[in-house]
Amino acid sequence: MENLANIAYLVSAVFFIFGLKGLSSPKTARRGNILASIGMLLAIVVTLFDKDIIDPTLIIVGVTVGGAIGAYSAKKVQMTAMPQMVAIFNGLGGGASALVAMAEFFRMVGQPEINVSITLVLSLLIGTVTFTGSFIAFGKLQGFLKSAPVSFPMQQLLNILLFVVVAVLGALFVLDPAVANPLLVIAIIAAALGILLVIPIGGADMPVVISLLNSYSGMAAAMTGFVLSNNVLIIAGALVGASGLILTNIMCVAMNRSLANVLFGKVGVAEGMGPVGEKKHVTRYTPDDALVVLENASSVIIVPGYGLAAAQAQHVMQETASLLSDNGVKVSYAIHPVAGRMPGHMNVLLAEANVPYDDLYEMDAINDDFQNTDVSLVVGANDVVNPAARYKKESVLYGMPILNVDHAGTVMIVKRSLSPGFAGEDNELFYDEKTMMVFGDAKKILTDIANLLKSS
Amino acid sequence: MIGPLLVSLYIFVLAIFVGFEVITKVPPLLHTPLMSGSNAISGITVVGALISAGAGETGLSAILGLIAVIFATINVVGGFLVTDRMLEMFKKDKTRG
Repeated sequence: MENLANIAYLVSAVFFIFGLKGLSSPKTARRGNILASIGMLLAIVVTLFDKDIIDPTLIIVGVTVGGAIGAYSAKKVQMTAMPQMVAIFNGLGGGASALVAMAEFFRMVGQPEINVSITLVLSLLIGTVTFTGSFIAFGKLQGFLKSAPVSFPMQQLLNILLFVVVAVLGALFVLDPAVANPLLVIAIIAAALGILLVIPIGGADMPVVISLLNSYSGMAAAMTGFVLSNNVLIIAGALVGASGLILTNIMCVAMNRSLANVLFGKVGVAEGMGPVGEKKHVTRYTPDDALVVLENASSVIIVPGYGLAAAQAQHVMQETASLLSDNGVKVSYAIHPVAGRMPGHMNVLLAEANVPYDDLYEMDAINDDFQNTDVSLVVGANDVVNPAARYKKESVLYGMPILNVDHAGTVMIVKRSLSPGFAGEDNELFYDEKTMMVFGDAKKILTDIANLLKSS
Repeated sequence: MIGPLLVSLYIFVLAIFVGFEVITKVPPLLHTPLMSGSNAISGITVVGALISAGAGETGLSAILGLIAVIFATINVVGGFLVTDRMLEMFKKDKTRG
């Protein structure tokens, strides 16, 4: 029976790998996700026949409550709120791993072996840090916690100290695993660490934090797998841990920052402050002016930023784009890796607005096309098109890969004001003579343009 | 002769490599569904939670088990459903070839 269960777990693990493999193309992605969920169902069903399960009452209660909450929130969540949702789910996954490790300890007969006690401490530590850290990330994204970095003197020192205490307590527990007290203290310190590690990170860096927490939740599951000597947990946890690390790295590269700089750099203090500098000349244009330029263009590349989603303008953006294509204009979208609030977020927001995915191009695929394009239309994006990133060595943006919107014939920027982006760096593109600044709410301006297109 | 711990360690390390290979092939277009989907997979800890909750224990172990089942089930069910909801929205342009 035990062998049979383990074979079933192996099948689950294979389903997970095929599921993730399916995500390599939008054509097979949905099937992949279904495969992964079948793998999960199989693992759950097999577990229910485990010899250790005597009384199913709590299981029924837990699965019903959890399933209902999960299904409801998955159905109701707004696509703009996806980062918060993933943050919460990460946190719950990490929390569950930590709880399982603790429950396993209390259930143990006799002393755990050294490998079990080590991984138990790790599972508890990583799981709890993921749990509280994710809730802070959620709070910052949702807006009930200040999104600016929170820092205080000797913050790093405190964190290091807490880590040392955890390490000492962990060692004590491993030496004498009969006593539960060190574990409880570790749990409390880990909870504090999760909070302390995330509060100094600014709202704009949350994509990195969520990716990292995603990795942690996988690692916590893998460690719990070691505690339970269950290989499916180890494999699934390792897969997710790797996935989170890759995404974390992609986000860091896209912002030209090291992970250490994101985690401890406290960037984002200068939100909306930036250097104003000398009074420069800006030409204001109206939607009517924009229409003339767009109608006479033969190709337009749209560069959407989170401002587009914040203004709830994705749908009217798509409408404008399809009206333009009806008029024979070639329209495509250029997506910077950090557009949106989590990796790939902008793609989901545009997919929701019925933009076909073959119109969405990633930065490297489209950056050379700007020079042959008549108009680049920037909506709600700023730092990712700031030419200062190319040459201005003293700027925080320096070295960050940007979209070459300035290589297009005309740059049209729809924006509320001249205020700098998260990085606090003034954007010289606003003052360029080939730039048309159309000031105002993205949704209103795009609606105006769409209406003008319809009537012309 | 290697012990069970070492076997598990082998599995862990090799699975990380498989993860790197598979995940690097996921295009940025699908990074959000990747995150929510892999997030649901990390809910595999539900397997451990079920055993803790169903072991017929009373007291702390059972309470921890119950909370763990709730957390992990939210993670699993919510994660897979929301990923499906997102992936359903990704459509190819029908009007062109």
